[in-house]
Amino acid sequence: MKRTLAFAMLLALGLVAQARAATEADYKAAYAAAEAAAKEAASLRHQWTTTVSTLAAAKKAADGGDFDRATAAAKEAEALAKASIFQATSEKEAWKAMEIR
Amino acid sequence: MKTRLSLLLGSVSAALVAFALTSPHVVAADKIDPVTDAKAFQNFFFQKFPNVKHEDFVNGPYSMNEDMKRQWQEKEEFPPYEFALDAGKEMFSTPFKNGKTYADCFPNGGIGIRQNYPYFDTKEGKVVTLELALNRCREANGEAPYSYVKDEMASLTAYMAFTSRGKPMDIKIPDDPRALAAFENGKRYFYTRRGQMNFSCAGCHVQSPGERIRAETLAPALGIVNAMPIYRSEWSGMGTTSRRFVTCNSQTRAVPLEPQADEYRDVEYFLSYVANGLPISGPGARP
Repeated sequence: MKRTLAFAMLLALGLVAQARAATEADYKAAYAAAEAAAKEAASLRHQWTTTVSTLAAAKKAADGGDFDRATAAAKEAEALAKASIFQATSEKEAWKAMEIR
Repeated sequence: MKTRLSLLLGSVSAALVAFALTSPHVVAADKIDPVTDAKAFQNFFFQKFPNVKHEDFVNGPYSMNEDMKRQWQEKEEFPPYEFALDAGKEMFSTPFKNGKTYADCFPNGGIGIRQNYPYFDTKEGKVVTLELALNRCREANGEAPYSYVKDEMASLTAYMAFTSRGKPMDIKIPDDPRALAAFENGKRYFYTRRGQMNFSCAGCHVQSPGERIRAETLAPALGIVNAMPIYRSEWSGMGTTSRRFVTCNSQTRAVPLEPQADEYRDVEYFLSYVANGLPISGPGARP
C-alpha cells in the first residue's frame, strides 16, 4: 500500500513537472542556444532551410505569447542546427568516399 | 629467444617495407590532378551507359530515356527558349549608354566563345564565369548589373551559348596552385552532402542519372553545364547556371549560397573541366 502511494505521488509529481507551462525565460534560453548553433552552421556554409524556418516559427509563437510552442520550436531548431554542424564536420573527409577515381 | 627476436625484427622490417611502398600512393591520391580526374569522370559515365553516344550526354535526361528524347526532338522544332534567344541577340547588339557593346568586352566579339567559360583569372586569382564576365562588362560600361538568376542574364547567355553550339568544351587550368585549388574546391563542393535531405550533387547526378526523383528523370553530371542556360517547364521560364545551383541546394533543404559565390564558381569550373571535349548544346530545354 505504502509503495503504491509513493509511486502514485512520484507519478503525479512527474506529471506536474511535465505539465508546467514554459515561461518566456525558458523560451529565451532555448532560442539563444538555437541561434548560436544556427550561426555556427551558417559560418560553415552548411545551414539548413528547416533550421531557419523553425527558428522563425519559434519567434512567431513567442511573439504571440505561446511560449510552450516557441520553446519546443527553438529546441527543434537547435537540434537541426547541431545536425547540420555534424554534417559539415563529417563531410570534411567523408566526401572523398563519393569521388569517382 | 633468438627465433622470437628474428621473427619480431622480420615483422618490423616487413611493416616498414609495406609502409614505404604504400606511402607514395597516399601522396599521389592527395595530389590535385585534373587530367586524371576528368578522364576517370568521363570513363565512369561511358562505362555506366555504354549505349549512350558520348556527345549525347550533354542532352541531360534525354540521353537517358528514348521516349523523352523523341518528345524533346519534336519540341526542338519550336523550342521554348527561342524567345530568350531572340531577346539575347538583340540585347547583345544594343549599345550601352556610352556607345560600347558586350562585344567590346569579350574576345572574338563574344561570338563562339562560350566553350572557354568559366576560366581562371590569374590576376584576380579566381574563377570567372560567363555570367560574372557579362555583369562585369555591364558595370565597366556604367550599366547596372543584372540578376544572376533571372531572364536578362539567361537571354544573354542563351545567345552566347547558341553561337558556340557544337564546339567542344575547352576549359583550361593554368599552372597556378590557386587554379588547382579552385578545381579541388569545386570537386569537394560537388561531392559534399548538404541540406536536411543529406544529398550531394553527386548523389543525384553521379549515383542516379536516368533514375526518377519524384516526376523528374535525373540528368548525368557529365556535360550537365554544356546545355546551360535552360528553359525549364517546371520554372515556366529560363534559368541560368546560378539558378540551377541555387535551386538544387534548396531542393535538398540547404540554404543556397549567394549567386556567383566562390563555391558556385568553383563547382562550375570543375563540372566544365571534366566535360572538356563534349559539345556545347545550350541553350537547352528541360521538363
